[in-house]
Amino acid sequence: MSDKKKELKPNTYKFDTLSLHAGYQPHKNAGSRQVPIYQTTSYLFDDVDHAAALFNLERGGHIYSRISNPTVGVLEERVASLEGGTAALATSSGMSAIFLTVMTLCEAGDHLVVSSQLYGGTVNLFRLTLPKFGIKCTFVKPRDTEGFKKAIQKNTKGIFGELVGNPGNEIMNMPEIAKIAHDAGIPLMVDATYQTPYLCKPFEHGADIVIHSLTKWMAGHGSSMAGILVEGGKFDWMQNDKFPTMTKPYEGYHGLSFAEEFGPTAFTMKARAEGMRDFGPCLSPQNAWNVLQGIETLSVRMKKHCSNAEEMVKYLSNHESVAWVSHPSVPDHPDHELAKKLLPNGRGSMIAFGIKGGKDAGVAFINNVKLASHLANVGDTRTLVIHPASGTHSQMDEATLKFAGLSHDMIRLSVGIEDIDDIKNDFEIGFRAARKPRLVSNQ
Amino acid sequence: MKFKVNGHEVFASTGGRPFDKKKPLIIFVHGSGLTHMTWVLQTRYFAFHGYNSLAVDLPGHGLSSGKSLKSIEEMADWVSSVIDAVGHKEASLVGHSQGCLVTVECTSRYPNKIKTLSLMGGAGAIPMNPELLSLAENNDPKAVDLMMDWAHGPAGHFGGHPVPGLYHINTGTMLAKSRTIQNTLGVDFRACDNYKNGFEAAKKIKCPTLSILATDDKMCPVKEGKKLASLIDGSQVDIIDNCGHMMLLEEADRVLTVLKKFITTNYPPLSS
Repeated sequence: MSDKKKELKPNTYKFDTLSLHAGYQPHKNAGSRQVPIYQTTSYLFDDVDHAAALFNLERGGHIYSRISNPTVGVLEERVASLEGGTAALATSSGMSAIFLTVMTLCEAGDHLVVSSQLYGGTVNLFRLTLPKFGIKCTFVKPRDTEGFKKAIQKNTKGIFGELVGNPGNEIMNMPEIAKIAHDAGIPLMVDATYQTPYLCKPFEHGADIVIHSLTKWMAGHGSSMAGILVEGGKFDWMQNDKFPTMTKPYEGYHGLSFAEEFGPTAFTMKARAEGMRDFGPCLSPQNAWNVLQGIETLSVRMKKHCSNAEEMVKYLSNHESVAWVSHPSVPDHPDHELAKKLLPNGRGSMIAFGIKGGKDAGVAFINNVKLASHLANVGDTRTLVIHPASGTHSQMDEATLKFAGLSHDMIRLSVGIEDIDDIKNDFEIGFRAARKPRLVSNQ
Repeated sequence: MKFKVNGHEVFASTGGRPFDKKKPLIIFVHGSGLTHMTWVLQTRYFAFHGYNSLAVDLPGHGLSSGKSLKSIEEMADWVSSVIDAVGHKEASLVGHSQGCLVTVECTSRYPNKIKTLSLMGGAGAIPMNPELLSLAENNDPKAVDLMMDWAHGPAGHFGGHPVPGLYHINTGTMLAKSRTIQNTLGVDFRACDNYKNGFEAAKKIKCPTLSILATDDKMCPVKEGKKLASLIDGSQVDIIDNCGHMMLLEEADRVLTVLKKFITTNYPPLSS
């Protein structure tokens, strides 16, 4: 036996264990091993005193499922634990999580600096909808790190971006952009839907708020809409006077200062207490439960997603019908080195490629693949394809498409976890059709 | 609210209600390396029910300025000064972990000022693991990770926070890392390790005292808490099953229920 003294090591649960257990204690739920679905709108108060205590945020608990629900609460804690965050708030979709984040942070007259490489719906929210609320945005290309700094104004309240841009796979230099944000006393908000916490934990690279569309890889099964915002807990809301709604007494809760009372969970508490109360984009308990089923196998699925994606990158890169391939695993991808640093467990399963023959070839390809599904989603366990210029980003004009880095020959591929040979065989059918677009479309 | 003690600015949460000198005062004292935030699920209740609820940040912790105090005795005197600084003559004290050492010492030193004493996860002495102490004094974040591991019971490691969406191990970690570890946790751990007067101080306490202990508390086990309680005349003990040292978060409702009954009985609120 060795005399060497055993080194002290924390025994907190690791990622794979947390994805199965975090946020839930069976002995507090009739011993139910599976998380129960609390399909209820409201919750009994013990007495008048208890009711008042819940409404005043004097104690934890549930009042009404628009504000919180025990099944949804398990999901929130589970994602917070996986991200290394202090708190989370689940919403009815990823878009509502982004909207709630912005409305918790900003007031009319405020400004945001936003990456230009975003999901089309998000672009429209920032470009067209938020200005109606008096919130203006400046778009900056994700690789233009210095551009983020230059775009910051006196009334800028935060920087927002997708870690890996949709659909062009440009990667934000998160550590550098976080520093720019923090030097200006504002938070960095990152949509990390494409990565999931298995591939990247943005809080470790300086992000302050992380947003997911849980509809995608986190759930995996493509059955349920859900979103979430997660708080890192490090951002000091009291460092300047930019965030009075976080730091000053809030009339809506008897003069409560969220930052003083709740510190590292202040943003989530405000988003729930104010945002869910006033806007109400709550997640249904059934959908929360469905997402929890997916998260149980997150790491297993993500490994297969990434290995299949790397196989597809090789296949597409050598294919005569493919003009170009964009994926961070490709050595000549402009962000290849940054991806190695930020995405050590895999570069994700989103591939963009250009099909020879342009738009017509793209349409023929999409119309003829049989296994791959043509739809407006990503991150399903099944392989998905779409032609962004005619689908997800179709509401953009030519100039906006160009600014967003989109081309008419681009196909967006979300690689599933089917047998890789079956995906390749299916693509061969699509490519054959693409080479004869006119003939196939007339059949 | 902010006020000054010994020339340094002190931050104390008032539980979301304005400070009112007419109301009786309860002071909550946090554990090693932590802040007023650990009391959020207890303080707001008292603030809304006829008390001045002051969850202080010890000097050099949280939002309070100055340097961390190096001994439990200095912290005990500082708590007494807080009572003076906010214009009160007496108070009820509530402590957690290191905060128990501080409030026991304070109550023994200022028996006329302290009307009730509530101890959570308390013991007469808290000797530190030498390796943990060394990590904290050397600013190693592993000290915080180890503390959070040991401070939560097996059930607490799974989460299941009473406030929906909060994951308390990460929240506690963030609080303990919010200031320089060696200047907060390191100094606090050394103060705990050096403190030897707990059992003698306990013998001098005459005010109503409550000890809330937890069966899975590895940092201040039930046996040690009971030993301390046995030295205080008429001390009440409440033991929470399936809970660790962070009982004020792990079993916040249970703690609040017991605390509420004890304080309102022995130190009544200002009736509205």
